Amino acid sequence: MDLVESYAQDLGFARKRITRALLALLLMALLAFPWVAPDYMVFIATLVALFSIGVIGQNLLIGYTGQISFGQAGFLAIGAFSFGHLSIWGAPFLLALAGAGLMAALAGVIVGFPSLRLKGPYLSIATLGFGVAVYQIFVNSEVLSGGRSGLAIAKLKPMFGLSSVRYEYFVYMLLLAGFTWVSYNIVSSFVGRAFVAIRDSDIAAEVNGVNLTRYKLLAFALSSFYTGVHGALYAQVLGHIEPQIFNILESITLFAAVIVGGVASIEGSILGAAFVILVPKVFADFREMVPVVYGLGIIIVLMFQPLGLYGLWLKTRLYFQLWPFR
Amino acid sequence: MGGLLEVKALALHFGGITALQDVGLAIAEGETLAVIGPNGSGKTSLFNCITGIYRPSSGSISFLEESLVGRSPDAITQLGVARTFQNLRLFHNMSVLDNLMVGRHLHFRKNFVHAALRLRAEEIRHRRRCEEIIEFLNLEPVRKSRAADCPYGVQKRVELGRALATEPKLLLLDEPVSGLTQEEKEEFSYWIHEIRGRFRITILLVEHDLRVASRLADRMVALDHGVKIAEGTPAEVQRHPEVIKAYLGE
Repeated sequence: MDLVESYAQDLGFARKRITRALLALLLMALLAFPWVAPDYMVFIATLVALFSIGVIGQNLLIGYTGQISFGQAGFLAIGAFSFGHLSIWGAPFLLALAGAGLMAALAGVIVGFPSLRLKGPYLSIATLGFGVAVYQIFVNSEVLSGGRSGLAIAKLKPMFGLSSVRYEYFVYMLLLAGFTWVSYNIVSSFVGRAFVAIRDSDIAAEVNGVNLTRYKLLAFALSSFYTGVHGALYAQVLGHIEPQIFNILESITLFAAVIVGGVASIEGSILGAAFVILVPKVFADFREMVPVVYGLGIIIVLMFQPLGLYGLWLKTRLYFQLWPFR
Repeated sequence: MGGLLEVKALALHFGGITALQDVGLAIAEGETLAVIGPNGSGKTSLFNCITGIYRPSSGSISFLEESLVGRSPDAITQLGVARTFQNLRLFHNMSVLDNLMVGRHLHFRKNFVHAALRLRAEEIRHRRRCEEIIEFLNLEPVRKSRAADCPYGVQKRVELGRALATEPKLLLLDEPVSGLTQEEKEEFSYWIHEIRGRFRITILLVEHDLRVASRLADRMVALDHGVKIAEGTPAEVQRHPEVIKAYLGE
């Protein structure tokens, strides 16, 4: 039975007992995972974790605020190279990570300005231009990109006697958990409501006292912060970055993850991240088919399952809630 | 007259089209003023000018002695003007409660860190105010339903509630009872009357249903082709020859 006795309870995180139980189970599974799975799988889970952070960020912008952006590769590159330079200068991991996020957020605010004037497809084109421009700048500037050989980034030094792969897995999962929790909080606060209000009806949002300029820019800053952190973590995992990694396909991958996972859903973002990481692994023998799978995925989702993988989960849950009735 | 809202010589042009021309009106505090007129007579344009969605070509709008011209819609709401829309502009994918909470947005002490760390004292404070409005408008059964799933009559109520949640001094209602059944119209008229009595809110009303309009309004203004053609008590305005001509032709 689900009885809410106070407003505070109604606003609580993971309010229902069943949700908490599932969450605990999931956490235990994630804790045990690196000890039962081979290193390669653990590495893939690490990739999913870092991608999830970026996808959640993009979902805040695309799914919640409704500002369709294709400049993700640019933010990834800014995050990755900021992180690279900072860690080469000797900044500790978390500081470099924050620096990378903040640099990307700053770029996000700058890119956000066109969003005050442009809507829908026009905004997508403007942000696409930004992504391409950043790519070109990094490709052509040896100072920024570290020249032909790129930037080499030292691996995280494992602690607590863990192997490198496992240590990285735990650090990244912890970061993902933090980002996920904060995202849930933001989405259910006045900030999240302002975002959704802008998406559903910008005029009504304005008339109800939501400052469009402030919240659109905040959405851009926030989502680019996430994407910047994603870029930084990606750089750390790869150990070596060059600008060619952050091409337009990377933007499309993140966009596909948002759509396939489910717009305006944080769980969906994580599922979407898993999708875009696992597809290239599954189709490893047909690399050139990967973009086709993304494209088909987007089309199929938009046609048959507008809420994406998250919608699929909702339906499954509903089925079991109603079971044995239909 | 020291009115709450004073509109003087307001004009609005879109290229060669004149939407409003030399419109002037004033509302005293606590009054209910109805604006009537046939389709396309500029009633909604007038609302859009007052709430900052359109920028008037010339003329002045002052609210509590402050000019509204050139202010952004959210700044105008901040001053205490709220409105509803003729064709409903709800936040469709939010719950009814969240729609009202957006109305509370401008009263929030906005602290991003509190939002991110799930410190919800503010949220609970405003939730109480929303619950009062929910109770007033009988929205309890749909509190957590998605706004888009609610029937039309309920959606109209939600929009009214959202406007009330901003705690306005002046409430602009754009055709509040259009598209409702007779019973719903009567209910709605009652609420509008109650808003005036209980919350002491001044109301500017656009309405096609003259029976509802004349019952609710103290005074009436008639527009036709963007020009004010009559002003006075409801009975006077409805008998005015220009008004009859505008509605029925020669």
